[in-house]
Amino acid sequence: MASTASPLSKEPTAPPAPLLLEVRDLHVEFRTRDGIAKAVNGVDYGVRAGETLAVLGESGSGKSVTAQAIMGILDVPPGRITSGEILFHGQDLLKLKEEERRRIRGSGMAMIFQDALSSLNPVLSVGDQLGEMFTVHRGMSRKDARAKAVELMDRVRIPAARERVTQYPHQFSGGMRQRIMIAMAMALEPSLIIADEPTTALDVTVQAQVMDLLAELQRELNMGLILITHDLGVVADVADTIAVMYAGRIVEKAPVHEIYKAPAHPYTKGLLESIPRLDQKGQDLYAIKGLPPNLLNIPPGCAFNPRCPMAQDICRTDVPPLAKVTYEGLTAERRSACHFWKETLRG
Amino acid sequence: MPEPHDPAEGAIAGTGAGGAMDLAASEATTLAPGQQGEPGGPGGTGAGAPARSLWSDAWRDLRRNPVFIISGLIIVFLVFISLWPSAIASGDPLDCDLANAQKGSSPGHPFGFDGQGCDVYTRTVYGARASVTVGVCATLGVALLGSVLGGLAGFFGGAWDAILSRITDVFFAIPVVLGGLVLLSVVTSNTVWPVIGFMVLLGWPQISRIARGSVITAKQNDYVQAARALGASNSRMLLRHIAPNAVAPVIVVATIALGTYIALEATLSYLGVGLKPPTVSWGIDISAASQYIRNAPHMLLWPAGALAITVLAFIMLGDAVRDALDPKLR
Amino acid sequence: MAEPTAEPILEVRGLVKHYPLTQGIVIKRQIGAVKAVDGVDFDLGSGETLGIVGESGCGKSTVAKMLVNLERPTAGEIRYKGEDITRLSGRALKAVRRNIQMVFQDPYTSLNPRMTVGDIIGEPYEIHPEVAPKGSRRQKVQDLLDVVGLNPEYINRYPHQFSGGQRQRIGIARGLALRPEVIVADEPVSALDVSVQAQVVNLLERLQSEFRLSYVFIAHDLSIVRHISDRVGVMYLGRIVEVGSDAEIYEHPTHPYTQALLSAVPVPDPGAREHRERIILSGDVPSPANPPSGCRFRTRCWKARERCALEVPELAVPAEFRGLSGPAAHDSACHFAEEKHVVP
Repeated sequence: MASTASPLSKEPTAPPAPLLLEVRDLHVEFRTRDGIAKAVNGVDYGVRAGETLAVLGESGSGKSVTAQAIMGILDVPPGRITSGEILFHGQDLLKLKEEERRRIRGSGMAMIFQDALSSLNPVLSVGDQLGEMFTVHRGMSRKDARAKAVELMDRVRIPAARERVTQYPHQFSGGMRQRIMIAMAMALEPSLIIADEPTTALDVTVQAQVMDLLAELQRELNMGLILITHDLGVVADVADTIAVMYAGRIVEKAPVHEIYKAPAHPYTKGLLESIPRLDQKGQDLYAIKGLPPNLLNIPPGCAFNPRCPMAQDICRTDVPPLAKVTYEGLTAERRSACHFWKETLRG
Repeated sequence: MPEPHDPAEGAIAGTGAGGAMDLAASEATTLAPGQQGEPGGPGGTGAGAPARSLWSDAWRDLRRNPVFIISGLIIVFLVFISLWPSAIASGDPLDCDLANAQKGSSPGHPFGFDGQGCDVYTRTVYGARASVTVGVCATLGVALLGSVLGGLAGFFGGAWDAILSRITDVFFAIPVVLGGLVLLSVVTSNTVWPVIGFMVLLGWPQISRIARGSVITAKQNDYVQAARALGASNSRMLLRHIAPNAVAPVIVVATIALGTYIALEATLSYLGVGLKPPTVSWGIDISAASQYIRNAPHMLLWPAGALAITVLAFIMLGDAVRDALDPKLR
Repeated sequence: MAEPTAEPILEVRGLVKHYPLTQGIVIKRQIGAVKAVDGVDFDLGSGETLGIVGESGCGKSTVAKMLVNLERPTAGEIRYKGEDITRLSGRALKAVRRNIQMVFQDPYTSLNPRMTVGDIIGEPYEIHPEVAPKGSRRQKVQDLLDVVGLNPEYINRYPHQFSGGQRQRIGIARGLALRPEVIVADEPVSALDVSVQAQVVNLLERLQSEFRLSYVFIAHDLSIVRHISDRVGVMYLGRIVEVGSDAEIYEHPTHPYTQALLSAVPVPDPGAREHRERIILSGDVPSPANPPSGCRFRTRCWKARERCALEVPELAVPAEFRGLSGPAAHDSACHFAEEKHVVP
């Protein structure tokens, strides 16, 4: 597949595009029956127009909760944003009224979910659901909205769009439903798309189709894309930058080529070594020992320390900052939240 | 090996209420690191946490729920006075003197007298027995019959299930009060049993439908398949795997239904086809008092109030039990 | 991994499972059938791991259920050590079940939440009391916990007190309790977190050599299947379209579906994204209630010609490669089989 527009490939002299979205020191907690679960503990990341930021993490890493906070669809309660800023086009979303946020959802930013079937309304035809975006947000007539819906379905390459526009979600296959979700997200040409595991529920051959479509539309519309996933393969295929999350924090942030060449955090390194490869048959898989931490009781110091082969005393007491990683040949910004990133890089 | 967690904390499970899918699966329990991937290795210090069954979790939740405590206390009190009414009411509910008819409250007779000159306080206390007996017996009968028939239909499916489903449909179509007027009007016995029998007859399809649904849900769980793959017999799968996991909705609905059966007994007694004097029942008293509602409202107020509180207590208890057993909150 | 011996422990021949589609509530009329599995043949050697890959709806899970006798085949045979087990019942069936056990996909629904871990792993002994006398059971359960890497003192805990990976270990311990010879694992790691998957895969490999187990490993993740399998079968719409050793399938695929499947797998190597050829299939998998005539893959195949609609391709070494000894000469159900390297 063709590569996506990458800020890395631009001339080094060109000033970088301004950040479309910036998350600053975000903290989110959940009240549970057993105590307070600290889901997000100080996340900073940003994405520019035309850029793809992949947020990689396992369940409980806080990657989806961060996205829900950005979209303003967090369940409150039990969730609660305790501190931080979410700047979208320079404006702090957390200071806006609910009504202003609603206007931004859909036209400014949109989200694609893993499970298209439960995200679409089963009793409305897909044409009505797509058209609704235009009647509600743009005040179009029903007839014009229907025409727009057909146009969108064509654009996400649903065959026979004109005939299928009156069908209901259950009449489409999983891949086609995910295309409809994409069409819906793209309808008002938002500047930012958040895709939460968009292909996880799909079959491999369909996954590739959908991911290609998403990347192509992103390029065409010059949108920022935040891709939330646990799949290291998908990330390698489409992302420009990767942010790896663990226990509600970003542990490593790097350009995609650099991170696969040499991870600078032991967790990333462990993940990369623990997945079996299609192109080689090794002996034993490397397995990260232990389990992801309990969010009710995150270990002090570096949250990864109980599972880390390199852990020293300092890791059990001091939370490592997301420090700048530098080495020869590195042109873009790279960061790692490991006290021993230099040693990790060296292997 | 670092040991970051207090082992006793290690077994905190489920951030369930977190709602966010990201959290849902994160019931990460850090049980002695070093165990994983190094089988049989050392570090077995994590066994300090107590074993907690879902039932004991539910009980722990219930004890902290004020709704459960209030409704539970009311119900304990009701059961107590229906077993030993003389403990708090010294009089005889059938000892009436027409000279006292419709009199208001007086010393020793706090609730006043009814149309026949009987002490309202004594009758209200003694009336609990009929209500609680009818409610408890009808519920037990309905729950037993309904869950056995519905459970078997759900488990075996096929023709038996199809027939049973049609029968329950037919029963659902019978208007309860009209059915009671017709069926019970031919009964001459003045015990509580015909009323209970009638309620079981018309009530079981409700429980049967719920039991059938929850057995079908439980049956599809992989652990039932796993038991089958091990060669478990049908009775083992039903009793050991399905029943314990399907019983919660039945308990909840039955508890709530208990309140409605008590109300239904009062309705039928009011209409003259339920319990009959000399049985003491709130329904009978409400019926008798309704003629005097303008000049002596106290006669209606006390038995009707007792009935309302009782019904409410059972419905609240059912709600509390549902909250505690609802696996979605877990 | 152990070298497979000549004598297969399982032989599957012409396995078919059709689910009738009916109309009517009381009087049911059959109006068709979902052909979930429609003629599957394979052998499983003793000590071998056979991986079965395919997309959702290809029938791989139905095959798994038939292997452990949770579903009765519509037709065909499953021979365990030469004996057809599909028609067994009662005592004979129970005896066979001891030897073929299953590990389930979802560690959250495969353990009874009302039972303790000790009861769950000990249940096989209650069903087959002849395996372990009553007094020894607790010790046996604790040994099993130890074998799968869990603390034997957890015996009195309940499943919800464990994480997904630990629950899967409990499920594996239950599967091992009767010392079976064959374990059918249906997507055993796909519900687990990436960092935990490797632990469970390693555990399964260790148990295989320790107990000389034969595995049928069913998954949609081609990378994991390659890692664990000696031989791999690729399923599409109820049939096996290609089968061979892991190197034959992954490095020398000859069936277009296998090639498309392999080319679509994202590889965790951003350097590969530019020079890697992707075969993007058009359309969706047809309904198994109404599969295409001839070759079932032809509606999505770029090579399809008239012959593919008329003739069902046989699962055998294709004519082009017959008599050759190279890795391309393996069973592939395609009229126009052709070797193609798709894995970088």
